[in-house]
Amino acid sequence: MGVEQKLGDMGIMTAKLEDVVNWSRTNAMWPMLFGLACCAIEMMAAQASHYDMSRFGMELMRASPRQSDLMIVAGRVSRKMAPVLRRLYDQMPEPKWVIAMGDCAACGGVFNNYAIVQGVDEIVPVDVYVAGCPPRPEALIHGVLTLHEKVKGDKFKDLVKA
Amino acid sequence: MDKKLEPIIKALQKQFESSIEEFRDEVHVFVTPEQIVDALTLLRDKYEFELLSALTAVDYFPQQSPRFHIIYQLSSLAKNITVQLRVPVNGDQPKVPTVTRVYEVANWREREILDMFGVEFEGHPDPRRLLNPDDMDGHPLRKDFPLGYEEPQFTFNFDEIDVRKPYAKE
Repeated sequence: MGVEQKLGDMGIMTAKLEDVVNWSRTNAMWPMLFGLACCAIEMMAAQASHYDMSRFGMELMRASPRQSDLMIVAGRVSRKMAPVLRRLYDQMPEPKWVIAMGDCAACGGVFNNYAIVQGVDEIVPVDVYVAGCPPRPEALIHGVLTLHEKVKGDKFKDLVKA
Repeated sequence: MDKKLEPIIKALQKQFESSIEEFRDEVHVFVTPEQIVDALTLLRDKYEFELLSALTAVDYFPQQSPRFHIIYQLSSLAKNITVQLRVPVNGDQPKVPTVTRVYEVANWREREILDMFGVEFEGHPDPRRLLNPDDMDGHPLRKDFPLGYEEPQFTFNFDEIDVRKPYAKE
């Protein structure tokens, strides 16, 4: 029994603040303009008109980490790139999320050697892993929607830092 | 061997007492670390080898000793010939004089060899690593550098390796 039923049609809707905040976060989640390898080509394809991520409010790739919510690690991260990647992550304002796109970002992929970080989760906390080499744009969009589902389930009490 | 190259090789052999090897029309001239600067200067100034088209190294460990060969590939655009100079270097404390004063392009290539093989170039203007992080241990293109970095996770050992895997914190 909401207030709208008591008062009639006043153009008012009641909802939990938690749901509204999470909804607004998911529908304007701006990824960082940041590609490392061939996965970045698929990421661009996902942004472009064929797949069109703007359907989910994600058409803006921000060139600055200060303006972005989502880091899509698109490609293999070399040991020399790792401190740079972590620094970009640290520069992003809260709340922030990370998608490890492709096998290389998820676990090192075919590059099991001295030069490549064996999974980007060694340097930044990852929310969603997208498998594929490289993943097709549909797979990336599925990963993004999975992240949206995850964010919609966020509880305020879990977000409070002790 | 190319006819234009023959007198040059003869002159090198005479001046530096170097041995040569031929493989599919490519000539390799072996010189010592002390001779390399003089040899390159001679080839550049007298025989028109104006281009150092490659400077690289090979590790022949454990088959050969001395284990490293530093390789200088020279091209003459005027005469359309190439010649390869090889400098064998020992494994412990490998040192070669820098050739940046003869060919300036050698700067980054010597840094790459320093990075990947750990060969020191004496007198190099900027002896830092080129490709790998500055705090890295070891030299990856040496044959005794360990190959694998991480054990692959399969179904049967997933949990066991997952315990050891370094995860990032928030």
